[in-house]
Amino acid sequence: MLIEALIKIVLVLFTVLTAVSYLVLLERWISAWLQDRIGPNRVGPLGLLQPLADVLKLLLKEDIEPSQSEKWIHWLAPVISIVVAFSVLAIIPFGSSIVLDGKSYSLAIASNINIGVLYIIALTSVGVYGITLAGWSSGSKYSLLGGLRSSAQMISYELTMGLGLVSVVMLCGTLDLGGIIQSQISGGWNIFRAPLGFLLFLISSFAETNRQPFDLPEAEPELVGGYHTEYSSMKFALFFLAEYANMITASAVMSVLFLGGWHVPFLNTFGMDPNLMAILGIAAFALKIFAFIFFFMWVRWSIPRFRYDQLMNLGWKVLLPLGIINIVITALEKTYLLH
Amino acid sequence: MHNRSKYNNSKPNRKLSLWEKLYLPEIARGLLTTIKHLFRPKFTRQYPEEKWEAPAAFRGRPVLVMDDNGAERCVACGLCSRVCPPLAIEVQASETELLKERFPVRFEINMLRCIFCGFCEEVCPEEAIVMSKDYELVFTKYDDAIYGKDKLLTPKKDLQERLDYLREMRNSK
Repeated sequence: MLIEALIKIVLVLFTVLTAVSYLVLLERWISAWLQDRIGPNRVGPLGLLQPLADVLKLLLKEDIEPSQSEKWIHWLAPVISIVVAFSVLAIIPFGSSIVLDGKSYSLAIASNINIGVLYIIALTSVGVYGITLAGWSSGSKYSLLGGLRSSAQMISYELTMGLGLVSVVMLCGTLDLGGIIQSQISGGWNIFRAPLGFLLFLISSFAETNRQPFDLPEAEPELVGGYHTEYSSMKFALFFLAEYANMITASAVMSVLFLGGWHVPFLNTFGMDPNLMAILGIAAFALKIFAFIFFFMWVRWSIPRFRYDQLMNLGWKVLLPLGIINIVITALEKTYLLH
Repeated sequence: MHNRSKYNNSKPNRKLSLWEKLYLPEIARGLLTTIKHLFRPKFTRQYPEEKWEAPAAFRGRPVLVMDDNGAERCVACGLCSRVCPPLAIEVQASETELLKERFPVRFEINMLRCIFCGFCEEVCPEEAIVMSKDYELVFTKYDDAIYGKDKLLTPKKDLQERLDYLREMRNSK
């Protein structure tokens, strides 16, 4: 049991860390392509070794600690960010299950957690501590402003996110992610059953991961760099890593909750080997995650940042009422349509 | 608040239509615009491999014109040196058996000083010093930046385009 879990952890961590470093490259490519440029293509074939060069550069940089900072918390903040970003991955089901030697292995580090959705919500809320503490402990006003914005933004958008989730939980009747996928396999993907809920969740995911157009905690034109102004070297790299890891987890969570996770429609009608089907499922899941990540990046290079009051307006006056309406709609749908 | 300048003819407080107020359709329109660029030809010039060919009007590194007989046109009158605003040119004259009687034994341009103004070319009575198309100037030592006759002399046929351009400009005045 323990060895099985360890193997899964190592596999998942390795994959995600590699993916994260390549996401940075992808982001640079996409930004270039959307602006009629070519993008990084010098390091290695097609620029594929660029992440290596970036990491080396960051490793060799001097780690500067501001004299006015709270040393211990300044050190702790990036750790919180990265830990939170990775721990959500623990309960994501990457595929159905693989049968080896007559024994079935589920493709999730911790499968059948009956409070899965709650765990995700709880952990992503902890993520804001990393940013807020980073902003507060740096002893710089720009960082502090970034941290403050981050916490205000999280509070406003976490509500919408939660309300979007409620519709999923209502439709599926379970908090277990595996169960949610099973319910989508039998009853259709949640994006069709609760489109408004999906939209709300998508929008708040942008705020949750601090991506444009909601990247006010960073807002480099106004706040220099926001919460990570005073960070350098590997500590800065950890924040960077956390941002991209958060993108992966948010995409994975959205795929599981709304796009049926590893489910490929009509695949079981071909009567294939279950192991092959599981592997195809993993590929489908990766594809769904990739689609979301591409969307995240596409939006980043298309839409300008919100002003702070616009952000608050949108969060409290538009998205929150919509979230409540969505619950009513879902309830009506559940009582009258789906029976 | 309603000052509309001649540069900005957009209406200042335009009422948004309901469709625009819905916001999401406009976002979708913006996303569509950017995704179109994904498939457009790129503007980037891959510099060291793809070089830019300057037009004749370009003022690059000043060079000395070498006539077909292998001698420079320069008669070492020193006007270029005199007119040069940053004092980059140094000429030392001497006598020669050729018809022009005078020639520069030493002709040096300090490329760290040169500001590519083209005054030397403009003032030269012999069309002996012209601006070339060369814009790739790299040196690692101070001494390398002082270009002597060996680096300045350029065959006339390589500069024909610039010489024709100068003639055209002068005649059109």
